[in-house]
Amino acid sequence: MKLKTKLFGVSYAFTSVKEVLAKANEEKSGDIYLKIAAETNQERVAAKRVLSELTLEDLRNNPVIPMEEDEVTRVIDGLVNESIYNEIKNWTVGYLREYVLLHSTTNEDIKRIGRGLTAEMVAGAAKLMSNMDLVYGASKINIWGKANTTVGLPGTLSFRLQPNHPTDDPDGIIATIMEGLSYGSGDAVIGVNPVEDTVGNTKNIMNCIYDFMMKWEVPTQTCVLSHISTQMEAVRQGAPVSIFFQSVAGTEDANKAFGIDAMLIDEAFELIKKQGIAPGPNLMYFETGQGSEMSLDTDHGVDEMTLEARSYGFAKRYNPFMVNNVSGFIGPETLYDGRQMIRANLEDHFMGKLMGLPMGMAPCYTNHTKMDQNDQEIATMLLAMAGSNYYMGVPVGDDIMLSYQDTSFHDDATLRELLNRKPTKEFFKWLMDMGIMDESGKLTAKGGDPSIFLKR
Amino acid sequence: MISEKELKVIVEQVLSEMNNKDFAESKKDTGKSQSDVDHIDDNELSDITMVDMRKQLLVPNPENREDYLQMKAKTSARVGVWRAGPRYKTETLLRFRADHAVAMDAVFTDVSEEIIAEMNLFTVKTKCKDKDEYLTRPDLGRKFDDEEVAIMKEKCKMNPQVQVIVADGLSSTAVEANIRDILPVIFQGLEGYGIKAGTPFFIKYGRVPSMDVVSEVTGADITCLLVGERPGLATGESMSAYIAYKGTVGMPEARRTVVSNIHQGGTAAVEAGAHIAHILKEMLDQKKSGLELQL
Repeated sequence: MKLKTKLFGVSYAFTSVKEVLAKANEEKSGDIYLKIAAETNQERVAAKRVLSELTLEDLRNNPVIPMEEDEVTRVIDGLVNESIYNEIKNWTVGYLREYVLLHSTTNEDIKRIGRGLTAEMVAGAAKLMSNMDLVYGASKINIWGKANTTVGLPGTLSFRLQPNHPTDDPDGIIATIMEGLSYGSGDAVIGVNPVEDTVGNTKNIMNCIYDFMMKWEVPTQTCVLSHISTQMEAVRQGAPVSIFFQSVAGTEDANKAFGIDAMLIDEAFELIKKQGIAPGPNLMYFETGQGSEMSLDTDHGVDEMTLEARSYGFAKRYNPFMVNNVSGFIGPETLYDGRQMIRANLEDHFMGKLMGLPMGMAPCYTNHTKMDQNDQEIATMLLAMAGSNYYMGVPVGDDIMLSYQDTSFHDDATLRELLNRKPTKEFFKWLMDMGIMDESGKLTAKGGDPSIFLKR
Repeated sequence: MISEKELKVIVEQVLSEMNNKDFAESKKDTGKSQSDVDHIDDNELSDITMVDMRKQLLVPNPENREDYLQMKAKTSARVGVWRAGPRYKTETLLRFRADHAVAMDAVFTDVSEEIIAEMNLFTVKTKCKDKDEYLTRPDLGRKFDDEEVAIMKEKCKMNPQVQVIVADGLSSTAVEANIRDILPVIFQGLEGYGIKAGTPFFIKYGRVPSMDVVSEVTGADITCLLVGERPGLATGESMSAYIAYKGTVGMPEARRTVVSNIHQGGTAAVEAGAHIAHILKEMLDQKKSGLELQL
């Protein structure tokens, strides 16, 4: 394994794969904060050059956190298909990048080698890619998930309706669901982040949105984003829900800080298969984002992008219905400005897909960061070109409970028009039956009137 | 002697300058007569941020205006906003931008010294030297220099059952908006339950884990931190309470109990204060916090 290279006559030597991976990153405030970022632009390129010549075997043999120390490392390594890995273990990371981009490499080819990759390999390839590489590479990969309906098929673009409310008021939640549906949002899932993380409240919201879905025969899924253990208890007590949600991270310690481990998620997956209202087979909804480990002091000195790839590796164990990336949610200590947020979003989307996950994106920003609506819209359009399965739908992008800005119902409708993508098949038909959308996928004159659900 | 040609150039220059001057003068005149801001009384101006969005339905010819407005009254979500093609109406877009602007501006202010004094709080500061460092260095926002720890030790009653602290967090506005209402209610509640509270104080540039240092220094059974949340649009007024039983530096986040969205549009401060006092009582009884606490 060669951890040394030369640029403009100057030698650069690195002490570990972990150091190379960190220094090969594009500039991120999170890496600078941890003092693991490249110190000069030239050192960054030197690290990329060293990374490009490492083999996939080098990366598998040198996980950023050793197997014996970390459950996430063990989960990821355990999922590697050894036959496929053996075919590609002598590839360099530079070749992995090119392989994905080659005209001769198909969606199925990429998905096949994805079964032989670990997080370090996936992150490594992405670190060698420019933004357009990341968009192009991801656009070749199509991965869908099915719970009640199938989300992520080619030609479709779906949305999670996110009708959050600062006091979990049922009328307030329903008013927002009506608005979202009237814009064609909600075919991925109708999912509420509750304020109060209790079993009773979780059950109430599960019932509230389930009843609405059944009354209007909306072909979608429902979810309440309490802690997984709260959702599990609600379902054990008979509350109806389609999929389970949980935030996951790239280290065992970070997951522990979230109050989870693989055993708990295994148990949750078994429970939703037995007691959930959706046939599946994909029944888990995970959320991830660069910087969550460092914000919990559980990063082990590993860069936030590689840790993000490890989150995907962990998520893969459960063949999820949807994985949602929210890089941009934490703040300036992880991603300093719009430029870094856009880059992180493109990396995450690509890495998730290469790992074999049905990726949706939430390019978002908070009010204590140097990002604004224009940055967010740029990220959103690029990710749509890259083939993100779904986005969030938040009224005018303003989440009044989580206090951040995300994609809006209007953005949802606009992206479908721009890229000529349709909702999921069943949902599209429902929208046409309701008179909200026409056959071309445009909103009708009624589209955007939430009071159609209150017709006397 | 100057030549005829040179003379011609000079004359042209003078004429041109005179014209320019005339033009400038006339411009000044039109400026006065047509766009004089002094002639418009501020009271006559409309302010888009004063529109009560809960009462506004911008959909033309809605199916059922009355009933939807009734539902909409229950949420501050920006619904019923209608559209231009698939995009926002201009008013919606500008209102959003205004609300983002005020939220961003709120992050960078400090809690007023008067309010801290009025609440009888003393101040300790984390290791951050200013707001920018506070925002990009979360490690420093949870640590204190020795002198600051000494102040805590000197001024605080040691080993209380409950230690209440206040921190600016990401919104000074939130602290200013809620602290007068919430602090007295919490202390009254604790007194009612016969629980002994410690000496409250204020942490400048404080992040949530700064409370764990306080737990260790004061030896409190429970530490309750009231902290300004990351501002949402239009409001920086949302506060949260983070509460931990026997907190220690480096403990898992899952051990904290959180009461969030404390503000007029969410849970009002007075109501939240009573709720928090109840949680503190439960926590003392169960000797647990966070996910382990049964509420």
